Amino acid sequence: MAQRTRRRETAERPRRSAAEPPSPSAALSREARLELYYYMRLTRSLEERLVNLYRQTKVVGGLFRSLGQEADSVGSAFALERHDVLSPLIRNLGSMLVKGARPDEIIRQYMAKGDSPTRGRELNIHYGDLDRGFIGQISHLGDMVPVMAGVALSFKLRREPRVVLVYVGDGATSTGAFHEGINFAAVQRLPMVVIVENNGYAYSTPLAKQTAVAELKDKAVGYGIPGVRADGNDVLAVYDVTRAAVDRARRGEGVTLIELVTYRRKGHAEHDNQSYVPPGEIDRWATENDPLDRYVAVLRDRDGVTDAELAAADRRAHDLIDAATDAAEASPMPEPTDALVGVYGEPAVVPPLWFREGVRSAVSAHERAAGWGTFDGASALKAASDD
Amino acid sequence: MTDAAVRGDGAVERTYLEAIREALFEEMARDENVFCLGEDIGAYGGAFKVTDGLLARFGESRVIDTPISEAAIVGAAAGAAHMGMRPVCEMQFIDFISCAYDMLTNYVATARYRAMLPCPMVVRGPSGGYVRGGPFHSQNPEAAFLHTPGLKIVYPATASDAKGLLKAAIRDDDCVLFFEHKYLYRRVKEVMPAGDHVVPIGKARVAREGSDVSIITYAATVWKALEAAEELARDDGISVEVIDLRSLLPMDDEAIVATVRKTNRVLVLHEDTRTGGVAGEITARINELAFEWLDAPVLRVTAADVPLPYSPPLEDYVLPQTADVVKAVRQLARY
Repeated sequence: MAQRTRRRETAERPRRSAAEPPSPSAALSREARLELYYYMRLTRSLEERLVNLYRQTKVVGGLFRSLGQEADSVGSAFALERHDVLSPLIRNLGSMLVKGARPDEIIRQYMAKGDSPTRGRELNIHYGDLDRGFIGQISHLGDMVPVMAGVALSFKLRREPRVVLVYVGDGATSTGAFHEGINFAAVQRLPMVVIVENNGYAYSTPLAKQTAVAELKDKAVGYGIPGVRADGNDVLAVYDVTRAAVDRARRGEGVTLIELVTYRRKGHAEHDNQSYVPPGEIDRWATENDPLDRYVAVLRDRDGVTDAELAAADRRAHDLIDAATDAAEASPMPEPTDALVGVYGEPAVVPPLWFREGVRSAVSAHERAAGWGTFDGASALKAASDD
Repeated sequence: MTDAAVRGDGAVERTYLEAIREALFEEMARDENVFCLGEDIGAYGGAFKVTDGLLARFGESRVIDTPISEAAIVGAAAGAAHMGMRPVCEMQFIDFISCAYDMLTNYVATARYRAMLPCPMVVRGPSGGYVRGGPFHSQNPEAAFLHTPGLKIVYPATASDAKGLLKAAIRDDDCVLFFEHKYLYRRVKEVMPAGDHVVPIGKARVAREGSDVSIITYAATVWKALEAAEELARDDGISVEVIDLRSLLPMDDEAIVATVRKTNRVLVLHEDTRTGGVAGEITARINELAFEWLDAPVLRVTAADVPLPYSPPLEDYVLPQTADVVKAVRQLARY
């Protein structure tokens, strides 16, 4: 991998010395490096806003955080071109934002609004937009690997110079779909990059109970593809390793598996009290290895970025989130009968069942009643975790 | 096309299998977005030779031999379909579609509804018994998918329907499961209708007109029903109407109700097992839509609720036979 990177970079940037191979991130402008910061900040602040909305019970379902993992999402998605397509996982809000997902869409999704991208059918960040280049995941982990292999296959068949990036977690590497999808893509030499986010836990299950391999990148050997590992909390390292794999895929050299080592500082979802985590572990990552703190230090030291510039980026994120929250709160809930639309292209609408004919709404109120849609245990857990 | 017999008048008969192959050739020639993927479908031409000749004509980028990975085949087809391709997946035997059950029911079937992502794709494969295939080369898994909104299911009984429905399935904007009955592959043949023969999905066919008792069925048991109808007309003077559903999802309620209103006595017949089978669904629809038109309870003739055994005396005992149909129709006529 380093060899290839050096050759490519040497050709493009001959002024660099051969003794010190330049990284792709070295070619990023100062403005682009500030953008990396902005998207990481936007991700974190947007999730913090969602926590507020969740505690106000305005988020109807569960809430998923990527606290401490912002660098791996943002840095990797930043390595894609406009027409490349990614498929995020539940902790890749940052990847979607880089690809053009808007905070108001995210908040509408969480609040189950009628004008959310999925018109209230799907939860949280489970949505996509082919034009902007992201395809929504389903909850069955690993399933997006074969699907994104198919997207990559369409690029290959049509000779389009586009690349696919699919995210999985450490847990998904245990699924059959992951194996089948990556094997098929490897055989077909599809333009695909697979990022395995190793954040230590799949729900409550630690990596040691998930797999017997020492490092997840070693799984690549079984597919005859390169496997590389990088520090997922170093946004520039993430960008570099992804960019090299994306370039390789675009050259027609096939699939790369990237393991990004990071840490999930919040529970599986907001209700999870993380009782299974050894004491001190979360604090250690928070104080010693926060991706935003680390990157701010880099920006200050290497690029001379000032406090004022950082504050301006923060303000830009917060203003966007404030406006998005207002817009989402003002949005209507879906019309109940919209539930019957769009199962098939033809027929476009499923007829109502006989006992619902002429009935516009199954319930009298649109707004969520207390506890509606959650079982009591979940409410109790939520209350406990909110304390 | 070696199985085709040229008749005296020069019209070429096609077997059920050749009709499917012809549909694939025509659709791939018509639309470059159509491509095939599956196990051993290229150089080998498929386990039953359905895809024989496709590789030579269309090349390996459009006739893709895959690893043994049904979930990857279906998942990759979905991804390609999102991007505007029209993949046709072959399950080497339809029994293996269960390996892709998650991908079909959770990913493909929901994609349009939850994410506005269309999945114009076909999953096809040899299905059904009466061939001494044993528990894993004889299945009829249609009921397992009938329960999933977002999928379409067709299961033709004749060669011309096989061709016309496959062309319709490939052109459909949603995922169509196309079940092919392997017992019929080389046993039924007919001259294909001229021109671009497309059979609409969701429309049943009256396979035989009758006035006393209706048999509602599909796939290989259409032929059992027709044999039984012949025997009953000859020996008992009972006039049997046979409805070939052709499509199971969507199901042609209109055709079902029409035949109930005509004969007032209904036998539902299928090769699949009984409990949770398609016959139960058809019976419930008749109950809801045409109860007052019935002169007798709806009866079912189906396979017994056992995995399909291999040995001929066992398989023949489990699967519905013409004599079972005759017996059931006589009972309905007497009621």
